[in-house]
Amino acid sequence: MGERKLFAHELEARLDELLLLSLRQRSAAEPAALLEALPRELQERVLHWAGVAAQTSDDLGWLIASRAAEQAASLGAQLDDWARAGLDAYDRSGLAATRRALNDFAAAHRAGAFESQEGVAFGAIEGRLSRFLHALEGRPLKLVAGPRAWTDSETLWLPERLDAAPDAAGNRRLYKAIAALLWAQTRFGSFNIDPEPELAQWPAPEAALRWFALFEAMRLEACLGRDLPGLAADIAGLRGPWPAALAATAAALARPQASVADSLACLAELRIVGAGETPNFPHVGALDPLAARRVRAVRIARDTATLRQALNVLRAVDPSAGGQDHPDYPPLAAQGQTQHVDPQAEFLALPLPAREAARSLQQDLGEIPPEVLQAAGPGAWSPVDGVDSSATVTVTTQPDAFYDEWDYRRAAWRHGWCHLYEMKAPVGDHAWVDEVRSRHAHLIRSIRRRFEALRGEDKPQRRQFDGEEIDLDAQVEARADRKSGTEPSPRLFIHRRRIERSLAVMFMVDMSGSTKGWVNDAERESLVLLCEAIEALGDSYAIYGFSGWTRTHCDIYPVKRFADRYDAATRSRIAGIEARDYTRMGVAVRHLSGLLARQNTRHKLLVTLSDGRPDDYGDEYRGRYGIEDTRRALLEARERGIRSYCVTIDRHGADYLPQLYGPAHYAVIDDAKKLPQKIAEIYRKLTG
Amino acid sequence: MNPARNSAPRALATPLVHLDSEPYYHATGDELEVFAAAAKSGLPVMLKGPTGCGKTRFVEHMAWRLQRPLVTVACHDDLTTADLVGRYLIVGDETVWMDGPLTAAVRAGAICYLDEIVEARKDTTVVIHPLTDSRRALPVEKRGEYIEAPPDFMLVISYNPGYQSVLKEMKPSTRQRFVALDFDYPDAATEARIVAHEGGVDDDTAQKLVKLGHLTRKLKGAGLDEGAGTRLLVHAAQLIASGMSPAIACTAAIARPLADETDTRDALDDLIRAVF
Ligand SMILES: Nc1ncnc2c1ncn2[C@@H]1O[C@H](COP(=O)(O)OP(=O)(O)OP(=O)(O)O)[C@@H](O)[C@H]1O
Ligand SMILES: [Mg+2]
Repeated sequence: MGERKLFAHELEARLDELLLLSLRQRSAAEPAALLEALPRELQERVLHWAGVAAQTSDDLGWLIASRAAEQAASLGAQLDDWARAGLDAYDRSGLAATRRALNDFAAAHRAGAFESQEGVAFGAIEGRLSRFLHALEGRPLKLVAGPRAWTDSETLWLPERLDAAPDAAGNRRLYKAIAALLWAQTRFGSFNIDPEPELAQWPAPEAALRWFALFEAMRLEACLGRDLPGLAADIAGLRGPWPAALAATAAALARPQASVADSLACLAELRIVGAGETPNFPHVGALDPLAARRVRAVRIARDTATLRQALNVLRAVDPSAGGQDHPDYPPLAAQGQTQHVDPQAEFLALPLPAREAARSLQQDLGEIPPEVLQAAGPGAWSPVDGVDSSATVTVTTQPDAFYDEWDYRRAAWRHGWCHLYEMKAPVGDHAWVDEVRSRHAHLIRSIRRRFEALRGEDKPQRRQFDGEEIDLDAQVEARADRKSGTEPSPRLFIHRRRIERSLAVMFMVDMSGSTKGWVNDAERESLVLLCEAIEALGDSYAIYGFSGWTRTHCDIYPVKRFADRYDAATRSRIAGIEARDYTRMGVAVRHLSGLLARQNTRHKLLVTLSDGRPDDYGDEYRGRYGIEDTRRALLEARERGIRSYCVTIDRHGADYLPQLYGPAHYAVIDDAKKLPQKIAEIYRKLTG
Repeated sequence: MNPARNSAPRALATPLVHLDSEPYYHATGDELEVFAAAAKSGLPVMLKGPTGCGKTRFVEHMAWRLQRPLVTVACHDDLTTADLVGRYLIVGDETVWMDGPLTAAVRAGAICYLDEIVEARKDTTVVIHPLTDSRRALPVEKRGEYIEAPPDFMLVISYNPGYQSVLKEMKPSTRQRFVALDFDYPDAATEARIVAHEGGVDDDTAQKLVKLGHLTRKLKGAGLDEGAGTRLLVHAAQLIASGMSPAIACTAAIARPLADETDTRDALDDLIRAVF
């Protein structure tokens, strides 16, 4: 078609006509402006599909037109397939599905357009790598995609995509090698020395850093090889033999006694003899010791404070002030303990965060500095008290309840400390639930089937007074009894009946601000699946959201009370669960386990869904205080006969969970998107 | 007593195991002493710990040490009281009483090991109560018999606290009747010795397997419900000893049994590759 392009005003008029936009008070000006730049041919395709879509529904027509305007240029010849995928999704599951299908298609197209078959994306390997690194010793590292590969000793950045190797397996191996060597930087002391004086003598410090990174990679490869020879062999295979000029250096740095100081010495030597072009090895990530050392210094200070504080508590606090001893809770001080005890034995008595801090210090410094271990005099540490961060929040109504909170530093309760409000749960889009149900229709069916089996409907109850079938074993036994002169049991039948599960479950859902986005979506989707599943089981259940803003504003949102049915209103409230403020967990556990305790069932289960550690505005609830209070609340719940199970969506923070959830079982889901699939399985295991 | 007793179907008779040779067991704490003391005082014992950490092996070893026969019952959710205590059977036109494993153990002064007791039906667990307190007796209602346990009789139960079902918690009234021994995986050197001995591999391979075991245990709660127990390491060792390559053996005996999910399986494969 050699025709001229349509101008924006012409496009706007055509769109308006097709979509009847003026009636709907929408303007086509924006899409029209975008379309103006396209060739006529493509403009006509967009108009065509907008018209087709509008015949099904106005909204669909608008969606296709506006999205096509944005994406036609990059889709090019694929526009037709893209539009068809969208319309197809609409027929199956409606508008939201269309939106998703269009996005997915466009994303896949973008990915395919400039990526080779052999390249590997970070997203495709992240789960595998993060588990791999998690299994290795040392402080956990957070994995993030970034422009270059390096680590600051807490976060590990890896490139968005790797394409250097000839095949996908090679690229995956390359990811593993880069990540393992960066992990090794944090594990084998690359940041234990200040390279600044040496770097300062180089005309181009960047080049010096690249050399330094290479020398460290040589040393670290050997360190890895001592414990994980297979991994080192993999890395060696990737890089091939070292160039002849470097072979001697590599061998020297591979000696077991080599340390980061030796790498630095190599660097100094190189400066003197003169460095040529830095060789480029794809498996060697960057080294940024200055940034890492800053992070390290903050961490050392923090760990030192944590450890000191815990040791002070251990040495000074009257053991009886610790309150109820619990088998799960290591006693802070043993009877008759003296001031100076063997540090090793002492560490075992420390609560987990302090032990982690000690281990982290050991990793950073090689040992725990003696001054940390020395008991500080009285007054060196005082509980932060009276800093009431809530002063800024104005409270107008009367709280529904007051709850005590546990202050581990005082080893005492703060009475009536938390003000709890039962809020009205917001109502969301009911159609969203329908969409989730239709999208997961298959999963829901299979979960229901599995749950129905769990319900035990088919499970024969043997030895009943009456039933549909004769229990042959019992008959035989009865006959034998009669013959032998003993009274035979009258329980001779098999009855197929529903086993009384007598279980009440409370789902406590984190609505803190940090859940915004994927986590919140995952929580809501999971709840829909859970409801569908539990309805099949007949367990009694409730769903409450919690969030808050300081101790004077702890909010609870009833999404489904025990008495509520799983009806349209409940579903809208599930859809309405949204990310709000903070996570003061203890008070929510206390309130909801109170509600749960009132249920007249034999078993009671509290399931928390959250995205990480307890946290609240102001520094107080953050860190150990919040962890200890939550832990205490879970213990109280257990004393009331409530079992807790905590599902955490958190890839990185799992280290504090054993401490936090000591009295409860827990699972960590490292990918929010997997929560909906996993949750039903967790529930089944939990109650099967 | 009962003349028909001899004609009872043999297959149904409870196996009383007499251990003549020493079952290999490597102590990891004071469990030998505590168990022996409990045996001497007539106290029942509860073994707690993750799967495959040597509980069953320990009981076998103690039975040998104390020179007592051993009766083992694997509990399941259909286990009835009669399955433990005994029932009348009809043989020809005669009725024959068959002791259940518990009764047989009581009569013989044996060690009765109820494995995974939480799996049994709640009403079944109750029959052990009189055996676990000062009465030390077993009422056999059907026979109108009240058997006082001889001093050598000992009740041992096992229990995996990692169990996740709330419906399967052990009742405090049951729990508190037992002397409890906590089992955990042994330290690395000990575990390597066990793996080498049981799996028939050299020390170096055993150490690598234990290393791998430790790596997988760090994934507990982060992809795995539980890390590899000693049992899995022994299995892998046995496959290696029979000539398989370590990578294939570990994948088959460790990675596959542990994980279904792709990311975790891949990570486990990476770990295996890294260790060997
Ligand atoms: N301390 C030990 N000494 C010797 N062998 C051991 C020891 N611990 C584990 N093993 C080995 O591990 C295997 C599994 O142990 P065992 O069957 O006793 O586990 P378990 O604790 O009873 O597990 P489960 O809870 O699954 O029944 C044993 O066959 C043995 O080879
Ligand atoms: Mg066993």
